[in-house]
Amino acid sequence: MWRDAVLVAGKDLAVERRSRVALNQVVPYALVVLLLFGFAFDQDRPLLLQAAPGLFWLAVLFSGLLAVQRSFAIEASDGAVDGLRLSGLEPAGIFVGKAAAVGLQLLVVEVLLTGGVVVLFHTRLEGAGLLITSALLSTAGVAGAGVAYGALSMGLRVRETLLPLLLAPVLAPVVLAATEAWRSALGLSSADGWRWSGLLGCFAAVYLAGGVLSFGALMEET
Amino acid sequence: MRNPQASSSSRLTRVLGWSALAALALNTWWGLWLSPPDVVQGQFVRMLYVHPAVATMCYAGFGLCTLASLAWLWPRLRSPRWDRLAVAGAEVGAVFCLATLVTGSIWGRASWGVWWTWDARLTLTAILFALSLGYLALRRAVDNPHSRALVSSMVALLMALTVVVDHYATSWWVTLHQNTTLFKQDPTVHGWQLATMLVSFIAFGLAFAWLVVHRYRLEGLEERYENEGLVSALEARRSEVTAPLDVRPGFEGDRSPSRAPAEAVSQ
Repeated sequence: MWRDAVLVAGKDLAVERRSRVALNQVVPYALVVLLLFGFAFDQDRPLLLQAAPGLFWLAVLFSGLLAVQRSFAIEASDGAVDGLRLSGLEPAGIFVGKAAAVGLQLLVVEVLLTGGVVVLFHTRLEGAGLLITSALLSTAGVAGAGVAYGALSMGLRVRETLLPLLLAPVLAPVVLAATEAWRSALGLSSADGWRWSGLLGCFAAVYLAGGVLSFGALMEET
Repeated sequence: MRNPQASSSSRLTRVLGWSALAALALNTWWGLWLSPPDVVQGQFVRMLYVHPAVATMCYAGFGLCTLASLAWLWPRLRSPRWDRLAVAGAEVGAVFCLATLVTGSIWGRASWGVWWTWDARLTLTAILFALSLGYLALRRAVDNPHSRALVSSMVALLMALTVVVDHYATSWWVTLHQNTTLFKQDPTVHGWQLATMLVSFIAFGLAFAWLVVHRYRLEGLEERYENEGLVSALEARRSEVTAPLDVRPGFEGDRSPSRAPAEAVSQ
């Protein structure tokens, strides 16, 4: 399974390296979202500082939706998905590989967005351990749920509109827990951020396990 | 004369419907006139005779959807009936979930002074409603019945997880929403309040059952319509292919495509 996962992740990242869609479109989109949040709060600096973790994770959620759409758009074109089905690769390996590729792209987006939050919202980064741990766990959750739902909606005519409707409520607890963990790390709340990170770990485990178990059936049916 | 097979109603649904109507009328009478106002909440306590029962029916709908989805996923039990039951439970559950949000919001305005607060129970119920809308949208987007049943069963299992977390939210987190009212060691509800509350559970339970039975049968009728529609379309197409050559005058002995439209117009 792991060998197949590395192959699929390598293939998706090679497509990204050549097309640069995540870098040239998703990253600028995420930064524009941050700018728009700044406009929406009318440059109210204290409010922006308070809301920065939530806005950051909302921007990640929106970017994640685009990354998942893109991950399955490349399979839908030219019947590539049939090649993937007939390749003999383990479905669980395909799932893990695609989730890893989406997760890596999201991590790049998160690093750049963190810079954006520091520059635009004047956020001072503290509690690096908690920030990084919660970011890794929530990225795993977003990528796991995203790829499972991406496979589910892959063959549908209305996948562009259906995927956000299906995925956003599923990822809402992840966004909530990640926001609380970051608020704690940045000293904006007195809650125990590590407990929220534990919750993020549970979400990531459930979504990844669900994806590994169901991906084969979803690939066959959609 | 009405064709009984083309309707979702039967003696069972009529009994359920009239019973639900009578129980709801009794609930309204007891809830608004016989039950006294509460010492703390005053007249607003009357929401107690709607909101908990409606929320319970919401859970019952999604619970039914989960069990039916599990039954469909189990290879030995797999049958279209389970899929019909799953969609019936989910759709009726979504209606009651919306009713829960609306009645809860009204009660929240009266008790807490706000229509909405970012409380764990409220937020999870809103997420549950959004999930149910996604589930129903997904069902409409998939044409193949087998694929539709499979993907919607998987989404239903995730919805069940949210139902469980939502139910225990008041125990796991510090929330504004009150904890269990009835099923605790020393319940604070008794007398007329308890009796009216029990009537509300019966009334909304009957209404729930009535809606589920209708929706289940409607799904079966839709499937039949789709299947029969396909069969009749195939028959019509077959008759189109054979009919002009054998039946229509003017075509015998002359089957050139260039003359056929002219002949058809002259008739």
